[in-house]
Amino acid sequence: MNKIKYSAKDFKNENEIRWCPGCGNYAIMNEIQRTMAALDISKENFTVISGIGCSSRLPYYMNTFGFHTIHGRATAVASGIKMANTDLSVWVITGDGDAMAIGGNHFIHTIRRNFDLNIILFNNRIYGLTKGQYSPTSDRGFISRTSPYGTIEDPFIPGQLVLGAGGTFFARIIDNNISLGEQVLKEAALHKGTSVVEALQNCVIFNSGVHHEISDPAHKEERQIFLQHGEPMLFGAGKQKGLIMENGRLKVTELNKNGITIDNILVHDVTRPEPYLHMALINMGLPDMPVAMGVIRKVEAPVYDLEMEAQIKKIQKTRKITSADELLRSGNTWEVKNNEVV
Amino acid sequence: MQLTGTLFSDATAHLGNDISTFPDYPAEIRAPKGTIGGVSGFQVHFGERIIKTPGDYAHVLIAMNPAALKANAELMYPGGIIIFDTDTFTEKNFRKADIETNDPFTELKLDDYRKIPIPITSLTREALKNFDLDIKSILRTKNMFALGLVCWMFNRPLQYIEDYIKDKFSHKPILVETNIKTLHSGYNYGLNMQHMTPSYIVHHANIEDGVYRNISGNIATAWGFIAAAEKAGRELFAGSYPITPATDIFVSLSERKDLGVKTFQAEDEIAGITSAIGASFAGDLAVTTTSGPGLALKSEAIGLAVMAELPLVIADIQRGGPSTGLPTKTEQSDLLQALYGRNGESPVAVIAASTPSNCFWFAFMSAKIALEHMVPVIFLSDGFLANGSEPWKIPALSDMPSINPPVAKNVSGFQAYRRDKNYLFREWAIPGMAGFEHLIGGLEKNITGSVSYEPETHQENVLIREKKIEKIADVIPLLETTGDKEGDILVVGWGGTYGHLVSAVHELRQDGKNISLAHFNYIKPLPPNTKEIFEKFKKIIVCELNTGQFVSYLRSQLPGFSYYQFNKVNGLPFTVDEIIQGINKLTEDRS
Repeated sequence: MNKIKYSAKDFKNENEIRWCPGCGNYAIMNEIQRTMAALDISKENFTVISGIGCSSRLPYYMNTFGFHTIHGRATAVASGIKMANTDLSVWVITGDGDAMAIGGNHFIHTIRRNFDLNIILFNNRIYGLTKGQYSPTSDRGFISRTSPYGTIEDPFIPGQLVLGAGGTFFARIIDNNISLGEQVLKEAALHKGTSVVEALQNCVIFNSGVHHEISDPAHKEERQIFLQHGEPMLFGAGKQKGLIMENGRLKVTELNKNGITIDNILVHDVTRPEPYLHMALINMGLPDMPVAMGVIRKVEAPVYDLEMEAQIKKIQKTRKITSADELLRSGNTWEVKNNEVV
Repeated sequence: MQLTGTLFSDATAHLGNDISTFPDYPAEIRAPKGTIGGVSGFQVHFGERIIKTPGDYAHVLIAMNPAALKANAELMYPGGIIIFDTDTFTEKNFRKADIETNDPFTELKLDDYRKIPIPITSLTREALKNFDLDIKSILRTKNMFALGLVCWMFNRPLQYIEDYIKDKFSHKPILVETNIKTLHSGYNYGLNMQHMTPSYIVHHANIEDGVYRNISGNIATAWGFIAAAEKAGRELFAGSYPITPATDIFVSLSERKDLGVKTFQAEDEIAGITSAIGASFAGDLAVTTTSGPGLALKSEAIGLAVMAELPLVIADIQRGGPSTGLPTKTEQSDLLQALYGRNGESPVAVIAASTPSNCFWFAFMSAKIALEHMVPVIFLSDGFLANGSEPWKIPALSDMPSINPPVAKNVSGFQAYRRDKNYLFREWAIPGMAGFEHLIGGLEKNITGSVSYEPETHQENVLIREKKIEKIADVIPLLETTGDKEGDILVVGWGGTYGHLVSAVHELRQDGKNISLAHFNYIKPLPPNTKEIFEKFKKIIVCELNTGQFVSYLRSQLPGFSYYQFNKVNGLPFTVDEIIQGINKLTEDRS
């Protein structure tokens, strides 16, 4: 088969992009397009499915098969596509309202079944398209148009839901780090199973700066830890800080102080089947801990759409009924001739 | 009791009698025993002529307890036979069944009936006393005693039932032995007590040549979809969530992995239909099966299929509503929901089956229309058709019409919403087809699939979507009448009431009434000659199991006629008798 070389341009179309100037979505879409071009997949086999929200407009700007569906249901539509054709590379574009609120049920069940999908969850902690209401990922006390006195509820941490549902792949990226995005999206695409990538994304209009504490260039070395499989969990300027486990909890420590050497630092293993350490990494947050970035979990497990295909193949090997005609005539039948049962 | 009824019906059909059955059971799996609410009944009507309904009134009632007697007292044919289990006719059980005196027959005005008291419980215990079986399991076989007895009464050989028992309990030989033993005990009891129990011989019905089987509406529906997928050369995908009384369609489809059927038990009704929409986008014949409450949950997604213009069949097996309503009872009250129950101008085709076995044909036609016209189709059945069964002459797939979906072929000039000039459907361009990359979605769009909020575009698209459904009228059969092509009275019905309506019209014609029946399977669009037929009759009476949904639709679609209506909404099918009385009343006063 001839290998076609694509560039990111092949995945762009001529539709006018209607996101606000400065929206974090632009960067993430570019990363997706570059990732698709780099994969060894024919363009017609990409399908991009979205729900409702600002980020869910993304399929309109992609030169691939695309389906802009209804609020919260993109994961269920995408599951159906995968069951119809396991050869397709199916990408789900969703947001914190779409996936965590109205689509929460489909989100966890899709992950539980482990369909081979790439879910990119744009998390800006706000409802943008409806103009500024708090979302299920907004912090307690967050002030918005529908919470003028502050919210009185705790947010979801998307990674917790992924792990709680038995997720096989979870990663976190941020809109202003392009090389991280491309590296992670490629790994997500290559993973067999449901890959969830939480993309921390800035809404310039309704929640500008929501991730600023994390992404601020002056502090990002201290406030983010880039996890790499097989590497010690180091961060900070000059990688002088690291994570250790103490009394069952993660703790930040400084290298070469109090007898701590590189050998004491935890080594990241995305393949650990038990979720405890991955969960602890997902839960880390400011001000005490850095925010974990990169691929946090990537384990192998049976994939629903492939299992369905395999089960049908297996049953068909020994089947007695091979056509609708045979089905209609299976079991108890009788023949009538001249008004007599023969 | 449901198994007992099914076995008797199957054995009967096997003998060449025509049958019609009506299982009537509570929603609770183990409803309180001995109470009216807990009665599980199975009505079977069989005979040597063609049977169209499960019958209004029973000639023979087998009451396993007083509650069963009370629940069915009003459904007894005058002078009929009541067989009852004397062991259960105790004071305690009378109270449980809300029978106030200790003489249930007088209290229930059943004095003039022939009563056959049999201690079924103790005879069953006696028959099985030498088996190493606990008392609970012994008592569970007593329905077999009743079955054996009726088999004797109606001269049904036991072979068919024995084969079934051997197969069903093959893993537990003791249950094979005990069930057959009890079955024989019942049969022999009849034989020995000939002086008490009458025996009947029922001859063959006058039946067309062919290979037959018994089939219920739900299985016929599932098989109709399977046949359509094979005929269309597409894989079949069903995304569903269990719901009474539709579940058995999904169960039957799940059993057919051998035929490559993909079934997905979704997390909810919405994921059921949206996964089906995804499968349809990706090239499968996609269906979702549900009942009224589920149809309500699916309505937003049906709108998506309307907007995206994807083929999809939504099978709605109607039950009593609103809300959870009466899950196991029948009603025709989802019609307006099927026609209009969505936001925006959201037309879909609506097709209704009218007998258990023709669920096969109309499920097949629903799929054919969905695939060939790229539209969602709502297929309507109901609890009565779903669980009822009848003998069915098995068709050959080669005799079924072909199904040719408009799969896109020509890349040059392809646009997502390029349309067929005549029928207005768009082409089906499926992910994986190189050069056809395009986007569809729920927003209003222009011909390429891009978002468009232009006032003219929306206006035009609303009309196109409606027109596309109306154009289906060109490919459906003309409406026919049973009786005459013109005359005094036209009875109009739709869906599952066919058997009762045709029987009532037949009887009224025999009484000399100038009356005919027009029964609808194609609801939207209506057959193109509907108006023409209505014009040939002086009086139109629309009969349906709701408060008048089809008649209100007819009033809006075909104004200018005075429609009379006859309705019932008590969760049960019509009886032929009440239709006759209803029609007589409506035609006596004026006309």
